[in-house]
Order: sequence, then structure tokens, then C-alpha cells
Amino acid sequence: MKKILIANRGEIARRIIRTCNRLGIETVAIHSEADGDLPYVSEATEAVLIGPNPVVQSYLQKDKIIEVAKKHGVEGIHPGYGLLSENADFARKVAEVGMVFIGPSSDIIEKMGDKIESRKTMIQAGVPVVPGTEEGVTTLEKALEEAQKIGYPLMLKASAGGGGIGMVRCESEQALTQQFASVKNRAKAYFGDDVVYLEKFIADARHIEVQIFGDHHGNLVHLYERNCSVQRRNQKVIEESPSPNLPQNVREQLCEAALLAGKAVNYTNAGTVEFIVDSNNEFYFLEMNTRLQVEHPVTEEVTGLDLVEWQLTVADGGRLPAQDTIQTSGHAIEYRVYAEDPKTFFPSPGKLEKLQWGEGARIETGYEEGNQVTPFYDPMISKVIIHGKDREEALSKSQNFFNHVTISGVKTNIPLFKEFIVSEPFASGDYATAVLPEWIEKSKEENTL
Amino acid sequence: MKELKASMAGTVLNVLAAEGQAITPGQAVLTIESMKMEIPVEAEFGGKVEKIHVEVGGFVNEGDVLMTVGE
Repeated sequence: MKKILIANRGEIARRIIRTCNRLGIETVAIHSEADGDLPYVSEATEAVLIGPNPVVQSYLQKDKIIEVAKKHGVEGIHPGYGLLSENADFARKVAEVGMVFIGPSSDIIEKMGDKIESRKTMIQAGVPVVPGTEEGVTTLEKALEEAQKIGYPLMLKASAGGGGIGMVRCESEQALTQQFASVKNRAKAYFGDDVVYLEKFIADARHIEVQIFGDHHGNLVHLYERNCSVQRRNQKVIEESPSPNLPQNVREQLCEAALLAGKAVNYTNAGTVEFIVDSNNEFYFLEMNTRLQVEHPVTEEVTGLDLVEWQLTVADGGRLPAQDTIQTSGHAIEYRVYAEDPKTFFPSPGKLEKLQWGEGARIETGYEEGNQVTPFYDPMISKVIIHGKDREEALSKSQNFFNHVTISGVKTNIPLFKEFIVSEPFASGDYATAVLPEWIEKSKEENTL
Repeated sequence: MKELKASMAGTVLNVLAAEGQAITPGQAVLTIESMKMEIPVEAEFGGKVEKIHVEVGGFVNEGDVLMTVGE
């Protein structure tokens, strides 16, 4: 491909442009009115105003984006992450006009986007899944009946959901009764589909995911795992690789299970198989993300590979290298710097009066000093990725880095990182998905945050 | 007459009180979506909603008056 359109914004658009520039591929950026001043717009070869600020009027305008792509003579469309990246209809439309969708096929996106369908596929493939309902549940009566078999606590989830939306933990029959209609309504409102299902809640679980890649010649490889257990509101905040306190034999089994999952759907391009791992190192398939992920730099840092380049190569019909050529070195940690209050997690839009980063980290950001962080989009200002020869060195470099950052104009979660990364649960590496909310609660009680 | 103002910029997702309705301190009267997060706006004071100045889907800036509330 000689020219592609990036159907995304900010940090990920900038990230894709960087690799394209290195490979001599021209880029077309799209932007809303609010994003016209962001660096990615001027860094792309060409830029097009796609619409007003709300995403439904700009970045989610499928037909308009395809029209721009046609007009500008691109051969492929990279969807980034979020927005249209897992929209099967968009992937199909791109293919129908003879362009390359830089991601998996629409069929795979569709199959894995339906959580009930993907659970069934994984069970058939022999990948362990969390015990739960095999079919969608539409009535409270049926939900209560199924819950009896599964046991409490359990998770009530939207089949078409993701990113923590449409997902509620129910401790009892009473909680399930109270939440059922609300989750169904939210599922309908957010995803246009009110089918829900139930899953057993796995206590003290870690969220560990495996990066996979498939090409169009039947090759499928894994790029090892990432631990993404530091979360708030069910969304990731810190990710690291390799996963601390994970026995090597379990790591190998996880990677094998991820390949089994990928093979079950003839997976192509970049994908991630998410698992939850309990305190006995038993693991269960959670879902498959059919796109490049926010946390992909963690894998890039430990493997030394460029995953966007791999995406372009695969989309162009190229072949993946053999599994045994993919090795890891050292330890990488990614911190998502959000424009939000570090205590309440409430958003903090505003102008980035100062944006000064320290040394010793890879910074992936969509902003420069003076830019506005608007209320229309995700609160992430940047990703800070730190690589060390081992976890100890990565943590020590992280401490040093955060002590030399200056951001003003918006509140950020950096004060939280500074305290959290030296706390016992995180520093020890022995932590589960509740670690951050639990630590914040304790810190508030002790007045240390 | 008191004014309930927006504490941050965002889009009004829903309005949970009606003009003429009595509200109490701490009651959620509105939801604003900002940076992909839904934030409930709670009444800082009680009283009768005299006027609602915003509509669902509309955009508000920090400090914009959302509702005026009488005694």
C-alpha cells in the first residue's frame, strides 16, 4: 500500500502516521472541528475535516469516511482502536468498495463481538471459559433460574458489550433482580442489542491477555502476554509485560490457549485474547479484541517489534515470521495518563498550559503544550511506557520519570501513579484486578492520598 | 432564586427533574456526559425547580446555569 486513511484521532492516529512515514506510506487524517489543532492533523500527508465534535457526527460517520478515502485515492483504512475499529459493518463496507480494512475480516469481528457467540466458539475449540449461561438471557425469570446453577457472586453482562460498559457484579438474587432491567436497557442504549448473559464471578483474578497475530497464509503467532489488572471503573490504567508472579508453565499454557482461540476463527491481523487468571493460576477465556490495543507498546518494548508495521504487512498480503524468532527482553510498563481527578476519577477537560515530560520513557501522546483536551473524547492525554532490564529497574525508572513531569491546566492521575507504584501491592507484583480501588480506599482512610 | 451550575463541560444526557417539581439536596437532577463518562449532577440545595435551562443532547460549558431553583 502506498497511501492509507486513518479513521481515528489523537494518539493512535499519530502512532500510525509515525510508522507509515518510516515505511514511505502516505497518510490521510480525518478530524472533527475540535481536533483541528492537534499534532496528528498536521503530521499526516493530508487532512480532512470530517464533521462537528460529537463522534456520531464525525469519527463514526462510516459512509462519509469511505467517501473521503475514495476521493483521496487510498488503498487501505486503518481504524486504530475504539471508534470504528471493531465495527463489522464498517469493515465490510471498506472491503466492498475494494479497499483494505487494516484489521481482521468483518466476519471475525462480528463473531468475536458477540460475547455469547465467542464463548460458544471457544468451548468448541477447547479453550476454557468462565462458567456461565450458554445462551442469551432475555427474562429475569430465566436469569434467576440460571443464577441458581452458577452461584453468586456473578457478573451480568451485555452480549454486545465491552470496555466495562453494560457489566455489573451481582452479589445476590436481590441484586440480580434490581440490576437486570437496567443492564438490559443500557445494553440496548449503548450497543443496540439488549441480550445479556451471566458469568460466574472469579474472585482475586488477574486480567492477563495474549497478543496474537495471523496472516493470510495460515500462519498464527503469539507475542506473549500482558498483565492488565490495574483498572478503575473496569478500565485499564497500568499494563505490564511480562506478567509478574506468573509461573512459566502457566504463561506457556496461556499463549497456547490464545493460539487455539485464534485458530478456531482463522484469525488474521492483530488481535488480543483476554483471560482471567484466578489465585490458583487456573485461567478462563474472557473475550477476544479484534484490533490493535491501547497497550500494544508494552509488547513492542519487550519484543522490539513494530505492531503497526506488522498490521500493514499482513493487510498487504505479507507473511509473519516464525514463532521461534519472537523473543522478549526485559520488562515494560505502560501508564495511561488521564485528564481526570486522581481521587474521584471525574474528567478534567481544559487547556494543557504546560506539558513537559521527563527523560527515560517512550511517550505516546496526541497532544502538545497549548492544546485543548476537550470533553468530547476519551480522557487519555498520553501513554508513558517505561522499559527496564527487569521489573525492579522499570519501577525505579518510573519513579524517577514521574518526579520530573510537569502538566498544568488539567488535573491528571500522575499524583496517583507516584504513590501507587511504590505501594506494597503493586511493587510486590502480587496483585489482582481490585488492587487499585482497594488501595485508593485504604489510602483515603489513612489520609495518604 | 438559586442557580444550579455545571461543574464541567459536557453533553446533557438526561434531565431527571421537571419544572415545578420539588427537589432535595443531594438529589440527582441531571446527567452530563464528559470524556466518555456519565456524571450525575446532584442538587446542592433543595427547592422548587423554576426553570430548566438545558435540553437533552445540548452541550454545556463549565459554569453554565442548568436550572434555577426557587424557595
